[in-house]
Amino acid sequence: MSSWVDKLTSRKPKSAEAAKERLKLVLIHDRMDITQVELESMKNEIIEVISRYVVIDQDAVRISMNQDGRENRLVADIPIRSKSHSRTR
Amino acid sequence: MSASVSTITSGKGGVGKTTTTANLAVALAGMGKKVVCIDGDIGLRNLDVVLGLENRIVYDLVDVIEGRCRLRQAMIRDKRMPELYLIPAAQTRDKSAVSPSDMVRLCDELREEMDWILIDSPAGIERGFRNAIAAADSVLVVTNPEVSAVRDADRIIGLIEAEEKGPAKIILNRVNQNLVKRGDMLDVPDVLELLAVELIGIVPEDEAVTVSTNRGQPVVLDSHSKAGIAFSNIARRMNGEDVPFVNMDDKSGLFDRLSRMLRTGGD
Ligand SMILES: Nc1ncnc2c1ncn2[C@@H]1O[C@H](COP(=O)(O)OP(=O)(O)O)[C@@H](O)[C@H]1O
Ligand SMILES: [Mg+2]
Repeated sequence: MSSWVDKLTSRKPKSAEAAKERLKLVLIHDRMDITQVELESMKNEIIEVISRYVVIDQDAVRISMNQDGRENRLVADIPIRSKSHSRTR
Repeated sequence: MSASVSTITSGKGGVGKTTTTANLAVALAGMGKKVVCIDGDIGLRNLDVVLGLENRIVYDLVDVIEGRCRLRQAMIRDKRMPELYLIPAAQTRDKSAVSPSDMVRLCDELREEMDWILIDSPAGIERGFRNAIAAADSVLVVTNPEVSAVRDADRIIGLIEAEEKGPAKIILNRVNQNLVKRGDMLDVPDVLELLAVELIGIVPEDEAVTVSTNRGQPVVLDSHSKAGIAFSNIARRMNGEDVPFVNMDDKSGLFDRLSRMLRTGGD
């Protein structure tokens, strides 16, 4: 019915949500004592090292930080191309 | 008898540590406990005015530590309560006048005679903070539902863990339920999820705090005030009572969510 109202209100998230999302990231970096930029270059180096040994699907690589209680977890999902696959090429 | 030493700290300044210390001290004393509170904010003495005892100071914490008076002489008795004492901070000295081992020694001496020793910590993560937690058996971290206060609380919680004084417990102070309902203030479950530590109290934003602080009569003495009830609930929890987290003006189901969270919270 009042879809334009929904659109107007949903476009801008409530400020508390914004605070929470921003804090999540800030706390991860504070706890690890690493900046966003350093985290980015760490990811790139991880990919580079792994690529030296196996062929990976660079575009599908996912490296993220998860909060687990007061611990942070570096979660890497790195798809490896199968040998047969690369050989046939 | 051996007292429990509890330090009230925060990271960020102005979040309500001194107010909390004064109110918990009065509440615990009102429950018949022998309580001494120590103002650890050397150079920025404040607990005395919040408790309304500023006119009675003769000696202070540094006088005790440097041997200019006996411990008993620096303990100001609050006559409103059966057994409540304040050891004020020195006003004209700085934090380097006290060391962590001084605090441990002082508290060991007090432990014999008291049920509770509450230490009001200065803001920050340096010497004053280390002094304040040195003797602590438990640490309460006061924070506000606001980005910079939560961030600094997280920092201090990490330091408390590193000093093997953890896990700290959280007091979320100055919660404004109207703002929360509007979606413009972090909610209790949000803060607990971010900080991932146990909650020991939720204190609403309450004008009665300002009024009572003006008079030097901690708000717990006003048994009708929302903040007063919240502080006395924290004191009861400190004593091991199982006091449910009920909020006087909450009809939004927050506490359903919260109790669900606590139940599934894993500990
Ligand atoms: N729940 C509350 N409601 C309203 N005002 C509060 C509340 N808690 C603290 N205050 C006010 O906030 C200010 C800072 O409190 P204080 O206890 O001195 O903080 P800290 O010791 O952490 O610096 C004081 O003016 C105090 O009266
Ligand atoms: Mg203070």
